Amino acid sequence: MTALQVLFYAFAALALVSALGMLFNVRNAVAAAMSLVVTMVSLAGIYVLLEAHLVAAIQIIVYAGAIVVLFLFVVMLLNLRADEFAPGRQWPTKTAALLLVVAAGAHLVRIVSAELPEPAVPPAGFGGYALLGIALYTDYVLLVEMASLLLLAAIVGAVILAKRKLD
Amino acid sequence: MPVEVVVKTVFIILVIVGALAPVITWVERKQSAVMQDRIGANRADVAGITLLGLLHPAADVLKLLSKEDVVPLGANRFMHLISPLIAAVPAIVAFGVIPFGGVYHFGDTTLSLVVANPDWGLLYIFAIGSLATYGVVMAGWSSNNNWSLLGGMRASAQMISYEVTMGLAVVGVFMVFQTLKLQDMAVAQDTTFRLLGFLDRLFGIPVPAWLDWLRLPAWGIFYQPLGFLMFLTAIMAENKRPPFDTPEGESEIIAGFHLEYSGMRFGLFYMSEFIEVVVIAGLVATMFLGGWAIPWLSTATIIGGVGSVFGTGFATGLCILLHFLTFMLKVVVLIWLQMALRWTLPRFRYDQVMDLCWKILLPLSLANIFVTALVMLIAGSPS
Repeated sequence: MTALQVLFYAFAALALVSALGMLFNVRNAVAAAMSLVVTMVSLAGIYVLLEAHLVAAIQIIVYAGAIVVLFLFVVMLLNLRADEFAPGRQWPTKTAALLLVVAAGAHLVRIVSAELPEPAVPPAGFGGYALLGIALYTDYVLLVEMASLLLLAAIVGAVILAKRKLD
Repeated sequence: MPVEVVVKTVFIILVIVGALAPVITWVERKQSAVMQDRIGANRADVAGITLLGLLHPAADVLKLLSKEDVVPLGANRFMHLISPLIAAVPAIVAFGVIPFGGVYHFGDTTLSLVVANPDWGLLYIFAIGSLATYGVVMAGWSSNNNWSLLGGMRASAQMISYEVTMGLAVVGVFMVFQTLKLQDMAVAQDTTFRLLGFLDRLFGIPVPAWLDWLRLPAWGIFYQPLGFLMFLTAIMAENKRPPFDTPEGESEIIAGFHLEYSGMRFGLFYMSEFIEVVVIAGLVATMFLGGWAIPWLSTATIIGGVGSVFGTGFATGLCILLHFLTFMLKVVVLIWLQMALRWTLPRFRYDQVMDLCWKILLPLSLANIFVTALVMLIAGSPS
């Protein structure tokens, strides 16, 4: 095994274990959120191994560094304790989970049994910010502007909602 | 190649974590003492020798190591024990992309004095820095103490807010140097620019040749003075030392997130703040003060001048030494500046910290990006 493979399996195992940790900590919202952070960071490590450096950086900065911190902020603000997650009707979720596991397992078997294609050689500058920036601001500039308008609308909406509560 | 990386890593950890950070605890005490007309730490001694109080860091470590490590009742034990580590590790690994020397050529081999120089250099620091939040937030939550929880929540809000402005404040620097790699930024600052060159570039007024000596080092601070002030403010707030110490808030919430910590785990929080002071100094020096570059004396000039007499090998070695010393000098000056600010400014109230971020720094940084883009559109990129 090369060093890259060792790193891949290490990050993959960490991602799986922490994802399971999130599932089994569903009563303890803070522990679940922290497991989610570990999953995010291990995924970022896998992205680096795939030469997608910018995606890795954004994965950590946005998801691990900002969004989950906000989750935690809200969880702490509400100060949820384990007993507040009262068990409700569970058979719909359990059935859905079982179906998902079967579907994912079938998919996994198909992938593992299939012949793996030769890995493609990434082109020069692949995964860097330069190519992505050029693509975003030339080919996809309309979509970028639309997305920013959407975000602006969301910000204005949030401010209005918060202010109405204050007044 | 791996050997080189290991050597550089060990070197930087020894210098920053092993030597500089403990001395800073002494500097902070002595500098504050001088500023407040006190004597400061001078009691710890070995056989009557006090070394101006320099033995205090060692005494502190001994004290912290021998103290009882208390985990409060009802605390989340695992998170409580691991939080100081989550806070300390990002501060240490951030130094991986900060160059402490330039790029040198010995025949065919190239030596770049930075542990790693990835394409996304500065984004790495932002990513690592954003993870440091968890150490503080988890420390506050896991302590099972309301004051700690308040400190942790303040920390999460403050650090997320200042991450935004910190990133936006340096976009101007990216634009000027056209790179995110810190080593490339430092190399780009290893030169000078004409002080009156903007007349030529913006208005087409030629600068007379006899004024050609009127040059400044091509440092980021001269291209991005507002960016420098905003970045320094934002990153100092990110480090949550006074005047931005709302998560700790001694006068309001006792000690905030590390209220329930004792012994070396408390020391680790303390230490990571001091390591971050060094990281901030190194980062600001690299982006705005030329990093390892000696003002008005470029690497090519030294190697050309000294090399013609003593040979290129000697000149390159001299360059490495001078550049490292220059970098350390800039780091020390910036550490002094941070300490002076910490002991000069009164602490902000929590709402003032947030106002400063969202109502002043954020609009200013956006305006800075706009003006930088406008000037670069007319005058072209400076490099």
